[in-house]
Amino acid sequence: MIGNFPYVAVVIFIGLGIYTLMFKKNLIKIAIGVVLIENGVNLFLITLGYRKGAIAPIYTQAPSGQAMVLPTPQALTLTSIVIGIATTALILSVAMMIYKHYGTLDADEVRRLKG
Amino acid sequence: MNLSNHIPILIIAIPLLAAFLVPLIGRISKKTTGILTTLALSVSLILTIALAVKILTVGPQVYVFGATSPSLILPSGLKFPIRIMFQIDAMSIFMGLITAIVSFVGAVYSLVFMKQHSGLDKYYSLLLLLTVGVFGMEFTGDIFNFFVFLEIASIASVALISFRGIDLGEPAEAGFKYMVVSSISALVVLFAVGIFYGQYDLLNFAALASVIKNSQLDKIALGLLIPVLAMKAGAVPMHMWTPDAYSEAPAPITMMLVAASQASLYALFRVVFSLYNISLNALTVGWIIIIFGLLSMFIGVTMAIIQKDIKRLMAYHAVSQTGYMFLGVGVGLAVLANPVALNQYGITAMEGGIFHIMNHAMYKGLLFLTAGALFFRTGTKNLDKMGGLAHSMKYTTIFFIIGAAAIAGLPPFNGFASKLLIYESVYRFNPLLSIIAMVVSILTLASFVKVFHSAFLGPKLPQFKEVKEVPRSMVFAMAVLSCIIIFFGLFPDLIVKNLVHPAVMSLIEQFKYTGTVLGGM
Amino acid sequence: MKEMSRIVKTVTNFVYGFIIIFGFYIIAHGHLTPGGGFQGGAVVGSAFALLLVSYGSLNSQKFLKKDILSLFEGFGLILFIVLGFSGLGITFFYNFLANSGGWFGDAVVIGVNPGNMNTGGVIPLMNIAVGLEVLSAFGVIVLTMASAAEFTKKKEKS
Repeated sequence: MIGNFPYVAVVIFIGLGIYTLMFKKNLIKIAIGVVLIENGVNLFLITLGYRKGAIAPIYTQAPSGQAMVLPTPQALTLTSIVIGIATTALILSVAMMIYKHYGTLDADEVRRLKG
Repeated sequence: MNLSNHIPILIIAIPLLAAFLVPLIGRISKKTTGILTTLALSVSLILTIALAVKILTVGPQVYVFGATSPSLILPSGLKFPIRIMFQIDAMSIFMGLITAIVSFVGAVYSLVFMKQHSGLDKYYSLLLLLTVGVFGMEFTGDIFNFFVFLEIASIASVALISFRGIDLGEPAEAGFKYMVVSSISALVVLFAVGIFYGQYDLLNFAALASVIKNSQLDKIALGLLIPVLAMKAGAVPMHMWTPDAYSEAPAPITMMLVAASQASLYALFRVVFSLYNISLNALTVGWIIIIFGLLSMFIGVTMAIIQKDIKRLMAYHAVSQTGYMFLGVGVGLAVLANPVALNQYGITAMEGGIFHIMNHAMYKGLLFLTAGALFFRTGTKNLDKMGGLAHSMKYTTIFFIIGAAAIAGLPPFNGFASKLLIYESVYRFNPLLSIIAMVVSILTLASFVKVFHSAFLGPKLPQFKEVKEVPRSMVFAMAVLSCIIIFFGLFPDLIVKNLVHPAVMSLIEQFKYTGTVLGGM
Repeated sequence: MKEMSRIVKTVTNFVYGFIIIFGFYIIAHGHLTPGGGFQGGAVVGSAFALLLVSYGSLNSQKFLKKDILSLFEGFGLILFIVLGFSGLGITFFYNFLANSGGWFGDAVVIGVNPGNMNTGGVIPLMNIAVGLEVLSAFGVIVLTMASAAEFTKKKEKS
């Protein structure tokens, strides 16, 4: 039962991220919501590879005869973190451009495109 | 070193190499960036046509990265498919042809259209990266590789949409909305990839397709994947980003965004047909896709009639035409389990839907380019301020007439051929759907007559006195698309028999998809 | 942004060299220990962020120049794609240096081993290319955001 705790944490992260996206008005807080969802999904991917009682999947100077956790989800998560950095940098840059033009970061006041 | 074996990767690697060279060359001279981009994309176009000929005569191709065989042979004799690979069959190369033509035309058009902007080396580099991302989405045979290319395409397109945001505020707002939407959809796709990996330990499309069992978790993954990929393709009720993003991007970029949305549509069809195929409840999922199609068609065209901004109007029409593709393929999916109905009208419905993908890319691209030409000469996108431009811009008027007739479905242009296939086959499935499709087509024609009247007809306005025709490279770009539209309209059964029918059969027959990889293991 | 106090600047002067060396260590040993191109590049990028925060954006533009970092980024990317193309004899991204006896070409021991730096083939070279690209990209991103914030604050004050 205690082994399910990472999955509960994933649900909490994604839930908080969706709450922040839906109900907060500041553009930077919306960016933080996207980052929270991304952290939740990365945690989910890493937790998939866990095997009970196993050690890190590195051959260099490892004790012999030990089971190792799966290394493929770690590669997937690493790629996802790199993509997340590019996404965050771009969202923040676009938010800075919006601030430069409108002087405010409130999502209700920067809406010019309607209909 | 036999280069013809490496064509699948050269289609992607040459634009990627050009994308990395353009910023370095841009330091030395500014003019050669555009020429280098056009050169790289023309090489890509020629290689795509060569690969299409090879696939349609020989069969599906598999290209493995980093090794010669797609699986790893362990010392115990077990074969495990772990390599990243490209798997290109008739449907993938059909979408690849669309991307190659659209990106080449976009690069040629951008040579003059973007000339007075600064930071052009970054623009061309991003254009090449967007092309690489869309090609990768269409060619890949590995589900995580699809996620990576999806993110490459979305990040490049966000940067391109907000390209004019240095001076104006609206492109930045459109870019922000699009970035949040595409981030969320890519993360949900990654979540579904995690669900597949956790159950089966496989990431390869063909290997997953042979072991998938449609358990409860697989149903959850399908329920996550279908709405999210439809959201990236611009289906109602998830279409809110489409009008903003399409209207605020520069005109050649809007054309490539249409190709990128259709690549997500291709991924939806690939997941539903080749990954799940017989194991899912085809009637229910088919009806869900048909409902998406009906909503998109109707809401898209009714929102389009009332618009004043020409590119926003065309963006709503793009949403509406995507509904036709959903309708055609949804009818084919709904009768997938019923072989009699499939042969009678299911295959024809899918042929109509998939042929409509290529037709839509061609005529919608042409319409966006003419809107860009109008913006380039008059400086406005508002239909109330334009008028009487047919006197001075004759070529643009002719291209607009060709595009508007094609989108409304008038013969002898290509819209008529695909819409007729959809009407006839959907009528035999359920007559009401076909009648709604025809009403939408009439409303499309009405809204484009309105645009033609506002922008082109009427007396010459005094503030547009010195408006001339657009430069020759832009006319060349629009002429290429018009020639393809007229050719497809005059010889539709040539295209359907040679390009579209193999694509449809490669979607329906799942065993050929898995057999190409696993049989050669 | 404004520069910070003398204590912060002194500690930064002492520490940033070690952070950069640590980052390069992570890049270079990517095929043996946890780490690799991106992780090491991110560590060196955080050293650039430390310099920027402690010296202020106006002063740090004297020793962190955006043009040179952009040039390094281009070099890193070109090196990566050229390494991909040079395996084209068999297939793209083929590891043509592994088990061959040349650079990084010792035979790989499967299983638990004390770790030989000379193995890996093309992988350590790709780590270096990616690490160079990532550290330059971090530098350019952080410098551009700082100078844009400077520009906006000037507009606010006027």
